[in-house]
Amino acid sequence: MQKIIALLAGILFGAGLAASDMNNPERVQGFLDLLNWDPSLMFVMIGALAIALPCFQLLLKKQGKPYFAAKFSLPTKASIDKPLLIGASLFGMGWAIVGYCPGPAIAALGYGYSDVFIFVGAMLVGAKAQQWLTPKHSK
Amino acid sequence: MFDSVSFIHVLGGGALIGLAAVVLFAGIGRIAGICGIAFSLIAAPVTKQAWRILFILGLVAGSLLFHALSGQEYPPAPDTSLPLLIIGGLLVGFGTAMGNGCTSGHGICGISRFSTRSIVATLTFMAAAIVSMYVFRHLLGWSI
Repeated sequence: MQKIIALLAGILFGAGLAASDMNNPERVQGFLDLLNWDPSLMFVMIGALAIALPCFQLLLKKQGKPYFAAKFSLPTKASIDKPLLIGASLFGMGWAIVGYCPGPAIAALGYGYSDVFIFVGAMLVGAKAQQWLTPKHSK
Repeated sequence: MFDSVSFIHVLGGGALIGLAAVVLFAGIGRIAGICGIAFSLIAAPVTKQAWRILFILGLVAGSLLFHALSGQEYPPAPDTSLPLLIIGGLLVGFGTAMGNGCTSGHGICGISRFSTRSIVATLTFMAAAIVSMYVFRHLLGWSI
């Protein structure tokens, strides 16, 4: 059951990215370029949060545990630390340069463009490098 | 401001993404953070990875399924030179691993949980991306 749910969630997520054109780097870069602004990404976030926010709150407050697992797996870190701010800033720079964040980049692998494989390869190398530099990776 | 993609597409597509996050969280209690899921797969071997692999495969399949059913053309590949493509990929991978999250994990799931860390992260990467875009494209004249 867990596997079916994960696959279903992945399919819904991928369909949502494609439907909203978030797999299109130009459109995402258009959102980030205030001099030639394309608000699409803002409405995607609004659409996503309109569903996710009330449901997450209800699940956490009323339901208390997931339907097909023992408990919610929530991040344990709570403090605003340097790695969070530096990491988010570096991510933002890379996001602007190419127009891909991790979700669309992986979803776009299916389109078969070699550039996407190069980007995802570099992304995994970057993540692996960070994991090596942080030996006590807590995940 | 909108051309080929209508208002309904972006709002509806966003709702699908939100629904996906809810399905994963309600079903198995996991946060639909793409970088967290993908990077756990390349970290030291952990047990119970099957759901992560299936989620990633579903992500690719879901996008292809949308294009097959809607008849909408594939979006273009990134219009970025090879060195910048690699630098961008390294920054996105390193940065999201360091900051423990990306647009999905912090931006959608984290904000929905009212996580202060995620709200700060989202504001930070959005601001960094907007400033970077201005500096790289408009001040430095990079072709990105």
